[in-house]
Amino acid sequence: MDTDLSSQDRKDLDKFIKFFALKTVQVIVQARLGEKICTRSSSSPTGSDWFNLAIKDIPEVTHEAKKALAGQLPAVGRSMCVEISLKTSEGDSMELEIWCLEMNEKCDKEIKVSYTVYNRLSLLLKSLLAITRVTPAYRLSRKQGHEYVILYRIYFGEVQLSGLGEGFQTVRVGTVGTPVGTITLSCAYRINLAFMSTRQFERTPPIMGIIIDHFVDRPYPSSSPMHPCNYRTTAEDNAAVYPSVEDSQEVCTTSFSTSPPSQCVFTVTQAHFQTPLPVVTDTLKVPMMGLGFSHQLSSSRLSYQPAALGVGSADMGYPVVFAGGLNAAHPHQLIVPGKEGGVPLVPSQPPHAAQADQERMAMCTPLDGAHYSAATPSSSEDTETVSNSSEAKSGSPHDILETIFVRKVGAFVNKPINQVTMANLDIPFAMFSPKNIELEDNDPMVNPPDSPETESPLLGSLHSEGSSGNSTGNTHDDFVMVDFKPAFSKDDILPMDLGTFYREFQNPPQLSSLSIDIGAQSMAEDLDSLPEKLAVHEKNVKEFDAFVETLQ
Amino acid sequence: MNCRSEVLEVSVEGRQIEEAMLAVLHTILLHRSTGKFHYKKEGTYSIGTVGTQDVDCDFIDFTYVRVSSEELDRALRKAVGEFKDALRNSGGDGMGQISLEFYQKKKSRWPFSDECIPWEVWTVRVNVVSLANEQERQICREKVGEKLCEKVINIVEVMNRHEYLPKMPTQSEVDNVFDTGLKDVQPYLYKISYQITDSLGTSVTTTMRRLIKDTLAL
Repeated sequence: MDTDLSSQDRKDLDKFIKFFALKTVQVIVQARLGEKICTRSSSSPTGSDWFNLAIKDIPEVTHEAKKALAGQLPAVGRSMCVEISLKTSEGDSMELEIWCLEMNEKCDKEIKVSYTVYNRLSLLLKSLLAITRVTPAYRLSRKQGHEYVILYRIYFGEVQLSGLGEGFQTVRVGTVGTPVGTITLSCAYRINLAFMSTRQFERTPPIMGIIIDHFVDRPYPSSSPMHPCNYRTTAEDNAAVYPSVEDSQEVCTTSFSTSPPSQCVFTVTQAHFQTPLPVVTDTLKVPMMGLGFSHQLSSSRLSYQPAALGVGSADMGYPVVFAGGLNAAHPHQLIVPGKEGGVPLVPSQPPHAAQADQERMAMCTPLDGAHYSAATPSSSEDTETVSNSSEAKSGSPHDILETIFVRKVGAFVNKPINQVTMANLDIPFAMFSPKNIELEDNDPMVNPPDSPETESPLLGSLHSEGSSGNSTGNTHDDFVMVDFKPAFSKDDILPMDLGTFYREFQNPPQLSSLSIDIGAQSMAEDLDSLPEKLAVHEKNVKEFDAFVETLQ
Repeated sequence: MNCRSEVLEVSVEGRQIEEAMLAVLHTILLHRSTGKFHYKKEGTYSIGTVGTQDVDCDFIDFTYVRVSSEELDRALRKAVGEFKDALRNSGGDGMGQISLEFYQKKKSRWPFSDECIPWEVWTVRVNVVSLANEQERQICREKVGEKLCEKVINIVEVMNRHEYLPKMPTQSEVDNVFDTGLKDVQPYLYKISYQITDSLGTSVTTTMRRLIKDTLAL
């Protein structure tokens, strides 16, 4: 009951809680700016550092927090929440964490406000400093830049955890009992980063670069990344504009300009209020760093990394695809290895401009039926064969890729091959690509006309005659027979070329000793015939001896 | 009073020992340090401001927060360095533990020397592993980073139980509770000691209690 608490104590307590809430927001937001924080200790008390901790006040953050609180304090059922979310350059966003400052009814009457509560709040802030570096979002926020930014939003009222996905985890930073209730600070954070994997953002160079000006059909949004937010705070409308705060402008400028794409400095000046800067209204998600990234994206040209690189790189890669084909008419035809059907895969990345000009050549010789050639779309015009290590990678990177690129069709195709139709694809230069998605059965290049010529000698000799039909099918599954003219293969002795020779002599008959008929003779008959054979040999022993002598 | 004791265990590779220990010890000391006290008349005092800074580890995917005090950092690095050398030189299978003990001094009458009464002891047990190749090291980086995140959460949980803390001292008693030798912050009186376990698992003769004389005012 308030009667136990003197009015001075009550006032102090309210002030402590208010400033604690503001400092909490500062610590959380600053921890997600993407840079290391450093403040100095000062032995002589300045009187302005709340809780005896040097925590800078970013004015815009304070403003947002004050707006959200709207003069109220956290109380039972009214919590102050800071939501941290991630937004990609393509506009997808995902909530990462919700930090909650709550008050419950459990009171500690005995506690001394001005001393114990204050010190415990100070301890709680230190704990918050430590914990904010420990949740998964910290590492993500340190690597924000071109591909994504971290945003924050402050709201007051009921905690909304639904945006964190399934299986989110909670960590309690701490509690402080006060005479009016117990303050609890906790964080609920997403662990299901199915939309994007943490690992992706730890590798700073783009895994698959995209040259942005190729997307002629989809104009790339070059406007400010801050789209009007769908969220509404409980107490506000979205009409408010950040009022000019003259004193704080310099602070704002310096605190944000050290983020990675630092060309665009985040400044708050009066002149800019009318433009849709990320600076500000309370419903906008405010970026944690400067405007930089949007400008960066529209002007950057990330280089396209060829498929061979994807094969070699240890991390993500896109599903490894191998080209089975073969002549200029089908430059984009791809066959997924290891699958029975050898279904041609729609190019999983937007065909590079250079691809249309170059042929990706793969020569699948019938000899190495188990080997595949990889397409190197842009780099080289030579034929290359890739080692089978790439096959091993095709499983896992594909899985990872599936979990990451969920939403886009075209660039990062996630659907099963069969479902992708040309109409759904939004790939540039689609007119240049052949009808890739015909089933393999219809495609003469994949499934050549059924003839014994297409069997590989390797397969043929391994299978018994009865299964030669199967081997034909397997051959078709595995690679495509090519009519080729090998170099230096002229032979005057035989009136045929090498290829014809191969085809004709591909299936030699079985050795008679290996045939089953021999085994049909019984052992007994063999043994019986032995003495006769020995007798014959003994008769001829002189001839044998003479022969041996001639050899010596 | 009873001294509460907390034990943390980590498995690290050789070159991660220092950073892992520093991360844990600094996190503990962050919570156990205040600003410098300035006593005024009438027994009141004001407290200085504690700054903080983020430290990225080079061999671990981890960042920790420490108090902005170069003196304190130097003292901890020295102790951790000695611990690391002892671990490396011990042969054995690379197991040891380092203890951070917070204590209060109780003045005794002559000829007895002052008593040191610990009120909180943190022990970090270290198991050093050796790794064969770069890929394992990379995995170890991440794993140890995650482990340290858990340790920080454990430390914070203990800190926020708000169990016994020494009473705030008067001016004459402050040196019995706090280490007033640093110029910018004031941690509780602490000492760091370590033990190396040999391969038999028994604590060997190298049990040493090291007082960091240049930082403690004894």
